[in-house]
Amino acid sequence: MAEIFDEMHAPDGCMRAHYAPYQDWLSLMPPVHIAQKRAEADSAFHRYGITFAVYGKEAGKERLIPFDIVPRIIPHFEWQMLERGLRQRVGALNAFIQDIYSGQRIIKAGLIAPEQVFCNAQYRPEMQGVAVRNEIYAHIAGIDIVRAALPGGDAAYYVLEDNLRVPSGVSYMLENRRMMLRLFPELFARYKVLPVEHYPDLLLDTLRQVGPPGVDDPSVVVLTPGAYNSAYFEHAFLAQQMGVELVEGKDLYVHDETLFMRTTQGPLRVDVIYRRIDDDFLDPLAFRGDSALGVAGLLSVYRAGRVTLANAIGTGVADDKSIYPYVPDMIRFYLSEEPIITNVPTYQCRKADELSYVLTNMGELVVKETHGAGGYGMLVGPASTRAEIDAFRERVRAAPDKYIAQPTLALSACPTFVEAGIAPRHIDLRPFVLSGKGVRMAPGGLTRVALKAGSLVVNSSQGGGTKDTWVLES
Amino acid sequence: MLSRTADSLYWMARYTERAENTARLLDVTYRMSLQRHAAQGGYWGAALGITGLESAYKAKHGAITAANALHFMAIDLDNGSSILACLRAARENCHAVRGTVTSEVWETLNTTWIEARESVGGLLQGAIQGSELTKYLEWVKFRSHLSRGVTVGTMLQDEAFHFIRLGTFLERADNTARLLDVKFDELAPEETPGDEYYEWGALLRSVSAFEIYRKVYRDVITPPRIAELLILRDAMPRSLHACMREVDQILRLVGNDRSHEARRQAGEVYSRLRYGRIEHILQVGLHDYLTDFLERTADLGQRIAQDFLVPMA
Repeated sequence: MAEIFDEMHAPDGCMRAHYAPYQDWLSLMPPVHIAQKRAEADSAFHRYGITFAVYGKEAGKERLIPFDIVPRIIPHFEWQMLERGLRQRVGALNAFIQDIYSGQRIIKAGLIAPEQVFCNAQYRPEMQGVAVRNEIYAHIAGIDIVRAALPGGDAAYYVLEDNLRVPSGVSYMLENRRMMLRLFPELFARYKVLPVEHYPDLLLDTLRQVGPPGVDDPSVVVLTPGAYNSAYFEHAFLAQQMGVELVEGKDLYVHDETLFMRTTQGPLRVDVIYRRIDDDFLDPLAFRGDSALGVAGLLSVYRAGRVTLANAIGTGVADDKSIYPYVPDMIRFYLSEEPIITNVPTYQCRKADELSYVLTNMGELVVKETHGAGGYGMLVGPASTRAEIDAFRERVRAAPDKYIAQPTLALSACPTFVEAGIAPRHIDLRPFVLSGKGVRMAPGGLTRVALKAGSLVVNSSQGGGTKDTWVLES
Repeated sequence: MLSRTADSLYWMARYTERAENTARLLDVTYRMSLQRHAAQGGYWGAALGITGLESAYKAKHGAITAANALHFMAIDLDNGSSILACLRAARENCHAVRGTVTSEVWETLNTTWIEARESVGGLLQGAIQGSELTKYLEWVKFRSHLSRGVTVGTMLQDEAFHFIRLGTFLERADNTARLLDVKFDELAPEETPGDEYYEWGALLRSVSAFEIYRKVYRDVITPPRIAELLILRDAMPRSLHACMREVDQILRLVGNDRSHEARRQAGEVYSRLRYGRIEHILQVGLHDYLTDFLERTADLGQRIAQDFLVPMA
């Protein structure tokens, strides 16, 4: 495995310039003071109920996502590059989805095999020919970015994954900033950090921009599966911050080709739904009949253009891991540009020669299920035992179409508070990209950190934590 | 406002108020049982009777004992009306609408539940008695005052606020009526003035009305005056009159085109309290009067649910 890129220290041990003021400040802080601040942060998160519900063996419990008080700092010029790259990538992904559901130019041009798209479980034939406002499908995109060392001590950013269905985590981005401002106001005197607090305004504005045609003052709601969903805190938080209703499926009904919500003053029309439930559960008449979370008849109102869903139905066809290798081609095909942020090199097990490479070199690779998410259904070769690798090899051999593989990237590491003091831990970054009439984003995003030494899995469902992300003003 | 949201707000307030009133009831029962050991079973049976929990209790514990009754009503989560279960239900209803209430309200209810769970978890052998009990009951009342204060002190006075208040006052009216009914029912036939003084005093204290009684009447404690104070006095914050005045006003504020009947019913109950006289009430018989009142408020609660909280499409 290659050298690990340290976000704070250069290979010669010197402090990188953008971390120097932080280090100066930290060296003045008595450890007792820091410990006290960390405890304060924990108790505040508990009191606010900024928790997530855990599935599986401890089901029903609510846990805190550990918050680390060392910020992840991104210099301005790096963010400018990232922002351009994100804008480009999300633009191409939206063009791709639009193309798939209208003309399939990219398939006709021979860039992607038709079965890759039409046999994909996330492809929704119901969306063929449906007119979507501004031709935007993924209004809210969460793009996972990692940084890995290059030979010679430098590092490069890569996109690891696109999340175009219901990406979550933005509430932590906002709460982490609020917590840092509350715990360490003096730090913000040493740094000019670009603000992120306006994200809910950007989100509301984006949602209002994409309302159904002919509606001047669209009414927006957030649709949640309910209080027992793991991301419920975020749903409630965003609805409150935007000042819109947080609804469940049972609050809505369709009458006369129009969607209404039940209120204490009678029915009220709904124009835009920021939905935080998956396609499958949206409408029991169209998708899963056993879903109690959705609204019967919603799809017909949607197809008639009388309500906007954000994100649109069927965006999953573009963020599936089997489609991921084609995103650079999409950027070239739709935008005639070269990708600004590159993909991680990816082996597609569906191709015979790449499969044999993967099967032989599995110990060095990260192998992922194309439909997996949340850090489940994957194998990190270098961190696995012989037996685990052998077992996984059989799974891949049995259904090669379901897997891709990538070299094990040495994710960059950022100093983090752990039991033994401060130590480097691997991080990633999820910026949130909003597309309405234009493309906008809050600077930075959510930095996730793998708290176990050496671990590359940053998912909160697997014990990852988060950090505040600072994009510097200059 | 969403009907489901209004429903959660209304029940959040009802459960908070119910936890407080149960704490008041247990407090007074516990004090009385310490003074008159002979009548113990009777006191605890009456407390279970007030809250309609007698059969649920008997199914679980059989014979009525002080320790079991206390456990059942204070901290037993199997009993959906125990104080602890009410605090949990209040918190869960608040959780469902945390975007609608201010973060202070949510934090208060969330912290109440977290601390209640922890303090009950720390009890020796899960039993609650003596100073632990009185401390717990005081704390429950205090947290209820705090929830109400933070609601009034931080919330916009919009529909959400009105539905919270509606829940509070309907629940309180119901609880005051039950408390009065059981005490009069159980105690009125006995004519031992010495003991009676303590029992009526305890009843007054349970609704924070002992000092108020003195201030208002400047005279000895007599049952008709207690009834007058807790039923008809508009200035007494836990009286039926004061509660129904609020309910009547709130229904005027939140009214929709279906709610005429709810308003009429609330207005009727309120007018009877406003223009009623204690002599007439005692002539009818207090028990019959209170039974009628409880039936009317239960009807009104159903009406409110139909018109605002769980409407048909």
